[in-house]
Amino acid sequence: MPSTSALPAARYTTPAIALHWLLALLIVGTFGLGVYMHELPISPSRLKLYSWHKWAGVTILLLSAVRLAWRLTHQPPADVPMPAWQARLAHGAHHALYALFFIVPLVGWAYSSAAGFPVVWFGVLPLPDFVPVDKALAEAIKPWHERTAMLMAAIVLVHVAGAVKHHFIDRDGLINRMRPARQ
Amino acid sequence: MKTMSLALAATLLAAPALAQQVVPAQSEISFVSKQMGVPVEGKFKQWTAQIAFDPKKAEAGKVGFTIQTGSASFGAAETDAEVPKAAWFNVPKFPQASFASSAIKALGGGKFEVRGKLAIKGATQDVVVPVTVTQAGANSTATGSFVIKRLDFKIGEGEWADTSMVANDVTVKFKLALTGMAPL
Repeated sequence: MPSTSALPAARYTTPAIALHWLLALLIVGTFGLGVYMHELPISPSRLKLYSWHKWAGVTILLLSAVRLAWRLTHQPPADVPMPAWQARLAHGAHHALYALFFIVPLVGWAYSSAAGFPVVWFGVLPLPDFVPVDKALAEAIKPWHERTAMLMAAIVLVHVAGAVKHHFIDRDGLINRMRPARQ
Repeated sequence: MKTMSLALAATLLAAPALAQQVVPAQSEISFVSKQMGVPVEGKFKQWTAQIAFDPKKAEAGKVGFTIQTGSASFGAAETDAEVPKAAWFNVPKFPQASFASSAIKALGGGKFEVRGKLAIKGATQDVVVPVTVTQAGANSTATGSFVIKRLDFKIGEGEWADTSMVANDVTVKFKLALTGMAPL
């Protein structure tokens, strides 16, 4: 970690900020949709919601790949001063979230494929099945889509709680690093 | 049981010398529909065929199918529970679908064109079915596919009639393993 740019005004790059908020909206929306739709009785609207959920999931997967590539090639601003355990928790949460950005959609995609419903992105682009069509496999995969999504939701809450604490308790301006620019 | 023995009796009574036997374990009638662009395949698990066909006298041939609509399966219990409902096959009222050929034409090279009437859910439509026959020893295989419009047969009514959800085109595919057919 470079110690030269410890200025609190240091910000993430604009593409990093844009990707953060775009993906935040997409992930929260897709998670909420998943929670809502999964117990609906069979109907055209359920079919529509499931399709939207899958399209959004694949979009999240793709944007997360772009985001990861950007993150690996662009240094984020240095940490604001905080106890070491908090820094470890914050970084651990970031690593876990990045992993889950890929794991949750991939597990959902695998479930859909195994269940015999290949994913066709926006109803136009058929995606390959990377698991065979197998009902037993589908049933084995299904709970893991929910579990990994719930784990991501829990970590998002930790992440948000940290941001709120820095903003309202520590008042250290940390949140400005990710705040959309006001021109 | 009753249906089976009736069908068996009908086959025995109607069977002319040239009748072919279907090998059920190697035969399949399936259909593919598209749900919001996603191809979803189903199968009919119970059906019988009455086939009397000599490739050299194709125009004299007769082909008939009786399909138990309630045996349609997508392999998912949740979906299969929808199949018998009134909006889809309405199995209690229309337990069987059928196909009866009216004319068979040889196109050469083991290819044939079978015209006939397809009856599903109380509606009857003329269809033209391309069939390819291959033979290996005493075994013949007839394959083909054709496209029907599901709404012509009112399959998927009410809220399900929306073709932006479930496409109107349904591809019906078949593979019949047959014994007893004369050589091509």
